[in-house]
Amino acid sequence: MARLRLATVWLGGCSGCHMSFLDMDEFLIELADIAEIVFSPLVDAKAYPAGVDVVLVEGAVCNVDHLEMIRRVRRDSRTLISFGDCAVTGNVSAIRNVLGGALPVLERSYVERSDPPGAIPAPDDILPGLLDRVVPVHAVVDVDLFLPGCPPSGPMIRAALETVLAGGRIDLMEHHLSFGRPGRPCRAGHAVPAPGSAPSHS
Amino acid sequence: MAVKTFVLDGQFISAREGQTLLEVARESGVRVPTLCHLDGLGEVGACRLCLVEVNGRLMPACLTRVAEEMDVRTQSDRLRRYRKQIVELLFAERNHVCSVCVANGDCELQDLAMQLGVDHVRYPPQEPECAVDLSHDRYGIDHNRCVLCTRCVRVCDEIEGAHTWDVAGRGTNARVITDLNQPWGDASTCTSCGKCVMACPTGALFHRGSSVSESAHDRETLHALIVAREEKRWLV
Repeated sequence: MARLRLATVWLGGCSGCHMSFLDMDEFLIELADIAEIVFSPLVDAKAYPAGVDVVLVEGAVCNVDHLEMIRRVRRDSRTLISFGDCAVTGNVSAIRNVLGGALPVLERSYVERSDPPGAIPAPDDILPGLLDRVVPVHAVVDVDLFLPGCPPSGPMIRAALETVLAGGRIDLMEHHLSFGRPGRPCRAGHAVPAPGSAPSHS
Repeated sequence: MAVKTFVLDGQFISAREGQTLLEVARESGVRVPTLCHLDGLGEVGACRLCLVEVNGRLMPACLTRVAEEMDVRTQSDRLRRYRKQIVELLFAERNHVCSVCVANGDCELQDLAMQLGVDHVRYPPQEPECAVDLSHDRYGIDHNRCVLCTRCVRVCDEIEGAHTWDVAGRGTNARVITDLNQPWGDASTCTSCGKCVMACPTGALFHRGSSVSESAHDRETLHALIVAREEKRWLV
C-alpha cells in the first residue's frame, strides 16, 4: 500500500509549530515509514500537490497569498488540521486587528514606529498585500481537526497525527490541550497504527 | 433550622434551608463549572457558567436556593453545549491572546476552555479597542483580558471595604473602573491592598513588571558590577 501523503503549510505564524513538529524526534523516522511528506517548508516541493491525505496548517490567514494558498490546500487535501494557536484563534498574528485595517498597520510599522521613517510597500511590490483583518483558518475554509497550543508539543502533534492516521474520532480535547500552552497527550506511548489500518485515498 | 429535600442528579439529597445549589453540589462532590464565583464573596450570577436545570428550567446554581420538589440536573447535553458556548463568547468578546498573557498557565478562563472542550471559537472575534492602565505604582489592568466577572468589585467592597472598583458602561462598552473612572493611580480610595489582583481569574489585573513589555533588564546593576571589577569603584 502507498504511504499516506502528508503535508505541512506555514501561513502567518512564527514557525514555532514547525519547530515543534521536529520535536517529535525519533517518531519522525517511524512517520516516514507510513507517510510521505509531499509539501512542507521542510521539503523542496514548490507547489501544493493534489491528493494530500492529511495537512497540518500553521498560522493565521494574514495576506492575499495566504488566502489563495489555504483555498488550494482545502481543495486538494482530505483532512485539514488547524495546527497551533495562530491557525486556531489568530493568536499573536491577529493582535494587529485592533488597529482597524491593513493601512493603519502599515503606517504604524513603516512610518510611525520606524526610525528613520520608511515608505509603505507599494501594492505592486513583491510583498503580498495584507488583509484588513487577520482571521483563523476556519473563518475561510472548513477545518477537520483543531490542535490548539502555542506551540502544540511534539508528543501532542504525534497524538493528533496518530488519531487521524488511525481514522479515529475527530476530537482531540480528551488530551490536555489548551490555548497558549504546549499541551500533552492524556496517556504516553500511543501505538503507531500499522500502515494497513490507515485510511486510504478517497 | 429547616431541611429541604430535593433531587440532585437523580439522588435524593437534604440540604439546609438557604443554601444555594452550588454549595450543595460542592458539598456532594458534584463539579459545576464557575467563573464569577469566588469563595467568600457575594454571588452575582454574572458568568452563567454554573447554569443547571431545575425542573427543566435553566437557573444559575450560585444564586438559586434549595427548595422542596426541585429536580436538579447539573450535567446534560444542553448544559454542556451552553457552557461551552459561554466560554467561546467570552473569548470572542475581548482580546484574549493566551500565549502572550501574563496569566498564561494560571488562568481560570484558559482552564475552563480546556475542561469544557473548547478547541476553537466558532464566533467571530469582536476585537474591541481596550485600554491598559499602568498608572498605579504596583498593579496594572488590561481590559483586553477582562471578563467582567466583577470579582475585583466585590472583593474591594466586601472584604477590603474600599469600593474603589465598579462597573461603568453597558453591553460591549462595559468596563470595570476605579473611583469615578479615573486612572487607577489617581484613585484616592485605593488602599493598594492587592485583593483585586488576587481575585482576578484572568490576566486582567496583574502585578506591575510581570508583562513581557515591562521586562526590566536592570543594566545599571551590570554596569556597576563591571565598574567595580575593573576600576575598584563601587557605584551601589
